[in-house]
Amino acid sequence: MSGPRPDPDQVRPYVRTGGRTRPSADVRLESLVFARQGDRLGLSADARRVLGLFDHSGGGGLSVADVAAELGLPSSITRILVADLAGRELVTVARGHDDRRPISLMERVLNGLRAHA
Amino acid sequence: MASVLTPDRFVAPTVKESAKIVVAGSFGVGKTTFVASVSEVPPVRMEESVTGASERVDDLARTPAKTTTTVGVDFGRKHLSDDLVLYLFGTPGQARFGFLWQELVIGALGALVLVDPRDLEASHEILGLLEDHGVPFAVVVNLFDDAPRYPPAEIHEALALDAGTLLTECDARQPASCIEALIQLVEHLARDQHALES
Repeated sequence: MSGPRPDPDQVRPYVRTGGRTRPSADVRLESLVFARQGDRLGLSADARRVLGLFDHSGGGGLSVADVAAELGLPSSITRILVADLAGRELVTVARGHDDRRPISLMERVLNGLRAHA
Repeated sequence: MASVLTPDRFVAPTVKESAKIVVAGSFGVGKTTFVASVSEVPPVRMEESVTGASERVDDLARTPAKTTTTVGVDFGRKHLSDDLVLYLFGTPGQARFGFLWQELVIGALGALVLVDPRDLEASHEILGLLEDHGVPFAVVVNLFDDAPRYPPAEIHEALALDAGTLLTECDARQPASCIEALIQLVEHLARDQHALES
């Protein structure tokens, strides 16, 4: 017997994302994804499934969380797939904010909530 | 095969920006009810396998045994204007969420912690986690029909909240009540952020 077998939870994401384990861009659960036209040759099956969700989007967007939930993929893998698609300009991503919590965004959220109160 | 998404699952093409608030609380406290009350679409469930080292050691292999559990997060969404949507993520917020917890809180404006006045003890873990991760939060008592009404000061003390922590209440079944709680939360967050930056 050789050493312990690799943990399948560690192996599978690595294979599924072509060796990448971190998204290159700042893609979050709430980041909004919009599909674009472009060359889809050579995309992985998972990447094609992501784009397939947008076939009837009418130009609308989905959050990364929606993509993960719909495809049954772990959110970490979904974030990497979306970042790669953004790198190939097959999607645009409306990014969230950095870790500072911007007051301007809070004020716009407040205005929106008050308009619906 | 992926199902065809209904048109309402997509945000408008005009949306440029999203904001996130975490709705945290213990099991059965009404998180998903709250999310559903605010959301334009029925809450969507995201499920993940979480693998963690168990405390038990497997004697045969002499390696730490691992446990895998599935954790679920229900989330909803509301357009606040033509170009801004708000996402609400309901989470039990337990330590076993591991990496998913990081993904939930990074970039969040803050957290709304729902508590059941009949079971305040159950909220200590989530409050501790939020404090450890530096996530600003407000505590909101869910007004269950059959729950006793305690003076807010007593709940504030029972939860060992800092003096500056906002405590308010809502009925998670009532959209207007939930929106009002969110307004109070974000006002509170904005005040704190102003104080930090000035």
